[in-house]
Formats: sequence, structure tokens, C-alpha cells
Amino acid sequence: MNAPVTRRNAVLGITAAATSFAVPSILRAQSAGRIVVVGGGFGGAACARALKRAQAGLQVMLIEPNKTFTSCPFSNEVIAGLREIEAQQFGYDRLAAEGITVAAQAATAVDAQKRSVTAADGATFAYDRLVLSPGIDFHFEALPGYDDAASEKMPHAWKAGAQTLLLRRQLQAMADGGTVAIAIPANPSRCPPAPYERASLIAHYLKTNKPRSKVLILDAKDNFSQQRLFEKAWKELYGDTIERVALSQGGRVTSVDPATRTIITEFGNYTPDVANVIPPQRAGRIAEIAGVADHTGWCPIDPVTFESKLVKNIHVIGDACLGGGIPKSASAASGQGKACAAAIVALLAGRAPETPRLTGVCYNTVAPGYGFLLAGNYQPKGDIFAEVEGGATSPVDAPRELRAREATEAERWFQIITADTFG
Amino acid sequence: MAALINVPAKARRGDVIEIRTLTSHIMETGFRHTVDGKLVPRDIITSFTCRYNGAEIFRADLFPAIAANPYLSFFTVAKESGKFEFEWIGDNGYSSTASASITVE
Repeated sequence: MNAPVTRRNAVLGITAAATSFAVPSILRAQSAGRIVVVGGGFGGAACARALKRAQAGLQVMLIEPNKTFTSCPFSNEVIAGLREIEAQQFGYDRLAAEGITVAAQAATAVDAQKRSVTAADGATFAYDRLVLSPGIDFHFEALPGYDDAASEKMPHAWKAGAQTLLLRRQLQAMADGGTVAIAIPANPSRCPPAPYERASLIAHYLKTNKPRSKVLILDAKDNFSQQRLFEKAWKELYGDTIERVALSQGGRVTSVDPATRTIITEFGNYTPDVANVIPPQRAGRIAEIAGVADHTGWCPIDPVTFESKLVKNIHVIGDACLGGGIPKSASAASGQGKACAAAIVALLAGRAPETPRLTGVCYNTVAPGYGFLLAGNYQPKGDIFAEVEGGATSPVDAPRELRAREATEAERWFQIITADTFG
Repeated sequence: MAALINVPAKARRGDVIEIRTLTSHIMETGFRHTVDGKLVPRDIITSFTCRYNGAEIFRADLFPAIAANPYLSFFTVAKESGKFEFEWIGDNGYSSTASASITVE
């Protein structure tokens, strides 16, 4: 295992790099290489691991402030009381055991000229290639009234952990006959079908425990992923428990008032008993600090190497990057992390990176034993990733056995991806 | 679906107020073809008018490039209590109206 990188070691690292520029390029190409990965979610952890496995001599460091990762996939089940949060949590011990240096720090600054990352405690870490996998941050300016303080009253539960449990407690505390509102932003956003899975599972909780209650979806979109599958399941399982106000029915939320728990749309005000407000999103803050986010708030990349189009030697993967047709999901982030690792190994060796073909799969569980899926394949096409043939969506008309089988497959998918990333 | 209107129920005299309207309409451009090559005929809203106590305060002409379910937002000055009347007119004799009241203090 590598020695922990201290400030002193990092300074030495810079010196070593400076020296190496003096030697012929062929030698430099064979040198070990220092890769810093910021963000230990499905993208960053998969990338760090793939780098170290591909080339044991690489110095791979993972900077992630949380000692425990809490998975967003399956967290809707925690909200609905079908699963405990502990089943969502994973540590970084196995990554450390494989020789990845794990720094439990927040990255606060990036110096692209000097090629170094600064952590919250002031330590700096030098890199040859930097991988940013910071996930999302909330774009509070786009939703007046909403901020971290408001999220304590009107939880977003869009980053799993304390917020997931807060929303669950609010549901449990609500009296029968209450209304649970879910405010859904426009795309791009993390895991586009997940708000509808959440509405489904909350409806399941209400039907089981508080049958006179309702779910009200206030939606900034007219159409959404796997809409026909969701709507069919809602009708079949929950009758009229779920009401959805789409964009063209005035569903776009324009502001909130946390003091009165009011959600304000373009055409009306709502004061639900529980308000789950999912705000508009953008790439995690460090992306903006590093200068890799553009005016959209997301990060344009070369789809072959995931290298930023704005800053050299910085790669961006996962929810933060502009992945074209690839939905922002755990499965996509993991695939991007591995493809990015392969590209970095090739670039360090002076080889041309291979063109990746990514597969994204997205399971939705709308009730225990009732699931469906969307799978897509994606390849670079010009500047972005485009969907290519071979994708599949569960049929709209299918026997319950298939829904049950796909619900089981969803659990299996979760076990596999978490074992692959953290186990 | 009826049109959606958002006019403040109350305002102070002289306030600049925002009015929002949204009406459901297909806004078929007239440029599209069916799979068997037939032209899908144009079907759009062509004009929108807003009157405040009978006087026209806002008018818009709409064209094929405007997306389905046109959403219009505009501003006026609250002068007196009364009624806002809205009218959408379009192809194939399309006509739709709505109204909203305001109290000006």
C-alpha cells in the first residue's frame, strides 16, 4: 500500500514531476503516474479501482469527505420504510486494501496549472491526471426560497443519507388523509425516472398505512422516462392516490416558502402536509471551482476519454458530465468510471484510447415485487454520447410474473454494482 | 383542459403586476407529414388578446414555430378593480376565453 500523501510528500511529488519533464518522453510514458480522483460515489470509486487494477504501479488517490458512502439507488425504498439505511451504506476499506490512498477530505480547490488539488485541511495533492466525479449540487438560485435551511423543513432527499431519513420521518408523522407533494425539476437531473419511482413507493406506504392520503406530483416536465409503464402501474396498484400536475397543466414550481411549507407554481399555491422538493441541479461545486463546468452548470467532455473540453488533464465522469444521451445514473457513472480509467491508462502509456461503448441500466421498483427496467447502449458520436441500438424497455403489457422477476433482478443489480464498486 | 390564468387577486393602485396564461393547444405546424406522406394540416392559435375592464392592454400574434400549450406572461399596471378577459383565436374557427378578477386598493 502507498504511504499516505501528506503535504510534504505532495511537494516532493511536484518536484519529481518537474524533473521527469527533463527526461525523454519514452521514459516519462513508462513512469508510474499520479491520478487523483475526487468523489467516491459509483463513478469515482469504480474509476479509482479500475485504474489500480489496470496498472498496479499507478499512484491512485481518492478524495472523498464521507467515510461512509450512502447509495441513492434503492433509497426510495428507505423512504417508504421497506428497507433500512444501513443496507445503503458502504465503506472504502476494500479500496484502501487494494492500494488506493483514501483521503477523508473535501476537495476545495484545483490548480490546473500546477496540477494540484487542495483539500479542506490545506493539504495539496499533485496529479498527472485528475478525475472529478463530484455528482450533483443544487442550483438554489433557480428556486427562490429554497436552500439548505429550507431542506430541513421541505427535504429534497436527493442526496441519500440524513435527508432520506428526514423525509421518511415526516411521512411516518403525517396523519392519515394528508397530502405528500413531490416537486420535480426539469432535465437534466440526477436519475430522471427516480422521482416517479419515489411517488410510487410513497403511494405504497400510504396505501398500506394511511389509505386516505394522497401523493401530488408537481412536475416541470410534460413527459418523463418510462411514463407509460409508470402510469399503468399507478392505475393498477394505487388507483387515484397519485395525482400529477404536468408542466402544461401549470406544474412547474417557481418558488417555495418554507415558513408556511408552501409550494408556489406558475398557476397556484399548494400547502401539502409533507413537501418533498427536488430542486434544479448542476455539477458538484468542485467542477465549477476547477473551471470545468460551462454556462449550463454541467461539464462538457470528450466522450472517448472523458477529458474536460475546458481544462486539460482533468476528466469528468458521472452525473456532473454532459453525457449526451446517457441518463445520469449509478450504472452510467460506474461504466464511465471504468472507461475513463482505461482511457487514462492508454494516455499515460502514449497509446490512443479505445472508443468506449457504455451500457446504462435503470430499474424502477414501484411496489414490492413490481419492477421494470430501461437499458440503453451508448457510444461517442461527434462531441457527445449517442444512444445506439440494442437498448430495451420492459413491455407496457406484461404479466405480473415479469414485474416480479424484474423487481428481483433490480435487487440483484444493486448487489452486483455495490460489490463491484465497494466490495 | 380550460386555460390556466394567474392574476393577483389583490394589488395596490399603481403596482406593476404580472399576468400569466397557459392554454392547451396542439400547435400543429403544418410542416409535418404522416408516415404515408400526407401533410398534417396546420392547426395553431393565431392570436391572443387581454382586455382590462374592456380596454385592450396586450395582444400577441402566434406562429407555427411556437410550441404546444402556449404560455404567455406579461405585465401591466393595476389601475382599478375589475376584470381581465382573455381570448385565444386560431385555425379551424378555434376560440377560447377566460377571465379573472382583481381588487385594487
